[in-house]
Amino acid sequence: MSTTSTTDTTTSHRVVTVAASAARRAALEEAILPAIVALLVAAIVGDILILSFGQNPGTVYRLLLEGTWGNAYGLGQVLYKATTLSFTGLAVAVGLRAGLFNIGAESQLAAGGFAAAMVGLILPSGLPALVTLPVYLVAAAIGGGVVGGIPGVLKARFGAHEVITTIMLNFVVLALLNYFVAAHMRVADSLHTAEIHAGALPPLSAFVSGFHGSAANVVILVALLAAIVTGWFLFRTRRGFELRATGLQPLAAEYGGVDVRSVWWRAMALSGALAGMGGLNYVLGYKHYYEDAFASGAGFLGIAVAIVGRNHPLGVVLAALVFATMSQGGLAVNAVVPKQMVDVLQAVVIIAVAASVPEVRRMLRRGR
Amino acid sequence: MSGVESNATAAPAIRLADIHKSFGPVLANRGASLEVARGEIHALVGENGAGKSTLMRVLSGMYAAESGVMEVNGRDAAGWSTAAAIDAGVGMVHQHFMLVPTLTVAENVTLGRELTKNGQLDRHRAEREVAELSRATGLAVRPERLVADLSVGEAQRVEILKTLYRGAKILILDEPTAVLSPPEIAELWQVLRQMRARGETIVLITHKLDEVMEISDAITVMRHGRTVGHLNTSETTPAEIAKAMVGRDVQLAMNYLAEQRPAERTDSGHVTESTPLLEVRNLVVNDVRRLTAVDAVSFGIAAGEILGIAGVEGNGQTELLEALAGLREVRGGTIEIARRDVTPLSVKERGDAGLSHIPEDRHARGLILDYSIAENLILGQQHRFTRGVRLDNERIQENARVQIDAFDIRPPDASVPARALSGGNQQKIVIAREMSRAFQVLLAAQPTRGVDVGAIEFIHARLREARDAGKAILLVSADLAEILALSDRIAVMYGGKFATVMPRSQASEEVLGPYMTGATSGRGHAA
Amino acid sequence: MIIIAFLVQTLRIAIPYLFAAIGGVVSERSGLIAIGLEGYMLSGAFCGALASYYSGSAWVGLLGAMAGGIAVALLYAVTVIRFRADQVVVGIAINLLVIGATRFFLRLAFHSSANSPRVPGFGAEQSGTGVGALAHNPLIWWGIFAVPLMSWSLYRTPIGLWIRAVGEHPAAASSVGIRVNRVRYVAAAWSGMFAGLGGAYLALDQHQFSAEMTAGRGFIALAAVIFGRWDPFRAALACLLFAAAETLQIQLQGAQIIPSQFVEMIPYVLTIVALAGVVGRAVPPAALGKVAE
Repeated sequence: MSTTSTTDTTTSHRVVTVAASAARRAALEEAILPAIVALLVAAIVGDILILSFGQNPGTVYRLLLEGTWGNAYGLGQVLYKATTLSFTGLAVAVGLRAGLFNIGAESQLAAGGFAAAMVGLILPSGLPALVTLPVYLVAAAIGGGVVGGIPGVLKARFGAHEVITTIMLNFVVLALLNYFVAAHMRVADSLHTAEIHAGALPPLSAFVSGFHGSAANVVILVALLAAIVTGWFLFRTRRGFELRATGLQPLAAEYGGVDVRSVWWRAMALSGALAGMGGLNYVLGYKHYYEDAFASGAGFLGIAVAIVGRNHPLGVVLAALVFATMSQGGLAVNAVVPKQMVDVLQAVVIIAVAASVPEVRRMLRRGR
Repeated sequence: MSGVESNATAAPAIRLADIHKSFGPVLANRGASLEVARGEIHALVGENGAGKSTLMRVLSGMYAAESGVMEVNGRDAAGWSTAAAIDAGVGMVHQHFMLVPTLTVAENVTLGRELTKNGQLDRHRAEREVAELSRATGLAVRPERLVADLSVGEAQRVEILKTLYRGAKILILDEPTAVLSPPEIAELWQVLRQMRARGETIVLITHKLDEVMEISDAITVMRHGRTVGHLNTSETTPAEIAKAMVGRDVQLAMNYLAEQRPAERTDSGHVTESTPLLEVRNLVVNDVRRLTAVDAVSFGIAAGEILGIAGVEGNGQTELLEALAGLREVRGGTIEIARRDVTPLSVKERGDAGLSHIPEDRHARGLILDYSIAENLILGQQHRFTRGVRLDNERIQENARVQIDAFDIRPPDASVPARALSGGNQQKIVIAREMSRAFQVLLAAQPTRGVDVGAIEFIHARLREARDAGKAILLVSADLAEILALSDRIAVMYGGKFATVMPRSQASEEVLGPYMTGATSGRGHAA
Repeated sequence: MIIIAFLVQTLRIAIPYLFAAIGGVVSERSGLIAIGLEGYMLSGAFCGALASYYSGSAWVGLLGAMAGGIAVALLYAVTVIRFRADQVVVGIAINLLVIGATRFFLRLAFHSSANSPRVPGFGAEQSGTGVGALAHNPLIWWGIFAVPLMSWSLYRTPIGLWIRAVGEHPAAASSVGIRVNRVRYVAAAWSGMFAGLGGAYLALDQHQFSAEMTAGRGFIALAAVIFGRWDPFRAALACLLFAAAETLQIQLQGAQIIPSQFVEMIPYVLTIVALAGVVGRAVPPAALGKVAE
């Protein structure tokens, strides 16, 4: 605290500069160390689970990697899964940057996919993807944005805690969508809508034949674009500046002329919109129809992706790849050990990161 | 065994020596000591942040000291737990009450010492015992009421009852009068005197000298985490205590007085008659508990004038400033900046209307600690540093270069997070930002709190420059020397109102003191 | 007769909610968010079935269920108390963990990732809807008894007082010598035990564990906790209300008056309304979700 006044100016100056660069290094370590800890813990738990099944961990891990990054189909599936997870991860990350915990990505994802499907069923068939894609994106963003915006407004207006309202709204929205599909628009003997013919989004195998058979499609490019735009918005624009300020110190943001309540609902709506856009991946990129309960946990895994990716778009994309690899890898090893092993490991990674972040932060602060 | 007894009787009630306690990089206690005889009321005085509360929390077992000697009634008590402290008869009444609002008075008093019958709480006996204790001590409160429904004065009585119920023979009170009205204070003194008569020992943490003189037998003075003096109340004067409290800063205060004598400013008379830049009329503001904190306050500040508000903290200064800044709802009255009514405007709109604000708490309000120096230097003006929807990074960096240079912010690296800076340099960021924007009216709350000497002089010089450039400045400070050094006019705030407003030439510590304690009701007394 | 059948079925549906909600109340009153109730229940169901299968006794199954619930709740408590991890993140992860782990160990133990074999349970598998069916399952009576028991514990015993103090103002509790974290661990263990019994009810009533058999009941219980404003009796009433709605929907199935999905929504919509404070705001314990210190 008093370095400047007690020592002579030149040395104190150097001291502070060194402290400053140390602070930057610590910030980087703070971002990376928990992930390393988590992977180590997951590896240990994984070993135990594999051994309990009487298998050799080395063999299983090799199988897991071969089945994912080892061939084009596996890689295509990883990319497909990472696409949805990137969207839900970005959604949760934007919320957390504003200090809000959006547990509702699951239903926002579904609502986005549903909204896009509704538009798709209306649009005349044969429209090219270049025309329909923007329309679908807007529809999905509105669908997810409305579902995300409601808890945002409830918080801004009534102070209702967004964690509980988003959890509760998940059930409400999913039941509502289930009702629409089951009661009004399903194809007989299924829980999905009729096929959408307008502007099918091409699979990646249209460009790289090796991906043939995998679900990977051009929505992955939209996901990457969304990550870049989200990063640009958060770190380069005035609204992003105000959103992050609100998340870090709401009182200081208020002092800085930010309308904190309006940031809350806007951030939740934006978060919902991002999750909603993820719905395109399944609905228009893969199946070409809306199917009930297609989200199947991708929204909840978005929380994991955001936490492990430290709420940074680049981190989110990387974490999405990691979690997608695990999900796909589970299928690859299912013949040897139950694929649920990776569900356990994913949960272990989340818990380990959540538990080691405060610990690492304290360690680094003490170290200085 | 009886030998030990008598030995213990001879020992002081409390002996603390060379206590060290830090919180991360902050050294709260660095060689603090305290010796209190049995059956005395002992005042522990010092400025904000002198380490008084920390030292007493160490004694009450809440914090463990890193080193030092701690004895209670001659027995080693180093590093004990709160439970052990309570068992040994040490009880503390905290500044922020340690009461559970959703529990009843009796439940709070007996918490941790519950009376049970067959494993079940004996509610009736608890209420009976608390009622008896309440009667015996004169601390009137109904045991079955919910604490959430109590007034502040009643809540404090519950706090004291809580410690007495646990058999406290040594009672520590942390700024007990900060939240009390004068009649409640008188009642409290009554209770404390009764306790002393019963042979109990009391440590009173305070920075109000009139209280010290009225109630205490002996005084320990702390400054910057160290004990700097031990005085007997009957042999000292408030001036002597004040000198010990502020120490070197008294010299500093003399320096500011030497720097400039506002009384010599001949124009101050006509300045006040010209149109005020800031005009406040009948302002009424609530505090967090929805009680009136600012009670129909009216004043104006002219261009080229500094109005200093002196007063004990918690008399409405915080709420007044927050209301002026747009951070707290105004219940009644108007605020005008340069004849424009800004009462309905938002924080941002007031900023655009020419209001600048150095907030009281830079860590909570004034800075975003994880933002870089450059980003913090535009907080509140982010809409002015844009190109389209984008932030204009070039101008932000250029602004940072200029401000870092002009205000000598260290380290001179705009990308460093504000968290990594010393308190003085953090405050320089706030000052630089608020004084470099286009403004007509500046609200400066505690502008030099927790800042080292060099930075204080620098900040004072900037405030004077702004005044001389024709700005209207409202200065709120707990440091009377600072108020006296900078202000052209001085108001004293007490109980949500201006107890007095006078030109600097008529003001001195002696004159202002009685107004600050509410001792002078009405006017005329001062001159 | 119809009314009795209605009440009996409501009660049978309500019992697992009751147990979990009772656990949720004690957890949240101590300051620990109970997002993991679903996981505690599922772990209780699985461990209960496992213990019952290997011991041949449903009573041992109950012990297993309690242990399974407690183990998961303590894992949660350790990560959020000792390691100060975010309660919401860990709570969600706990649910994912238990879903994955129960399926994994189901395959390890029984070579199926969907169902366990038949295990000893309470009553006949297809017990009727008459009052007689109630007598066979002790958990129904335990569940009913758990409500006054928890209410008594919270409001009439020292530990209950400490739990309420710790969830509301931990610093105050700590200043009078109460070990805040220890109280929270106890509360977590209780919540795991009760929620585990709720899971055991499902498994032992059906004489089988099946994957994800809790099917969101933990969240309905969480809704009941909030809708019941963190009070055991009111939470129990909320559980009965939610269960009655479900019963009504089941009994009217043929009639198609209200689509089942809308009945499913009732608990969640009511909870959102309660939180938004349209009819008297639900105010959570002040220290909920905040770690000590």
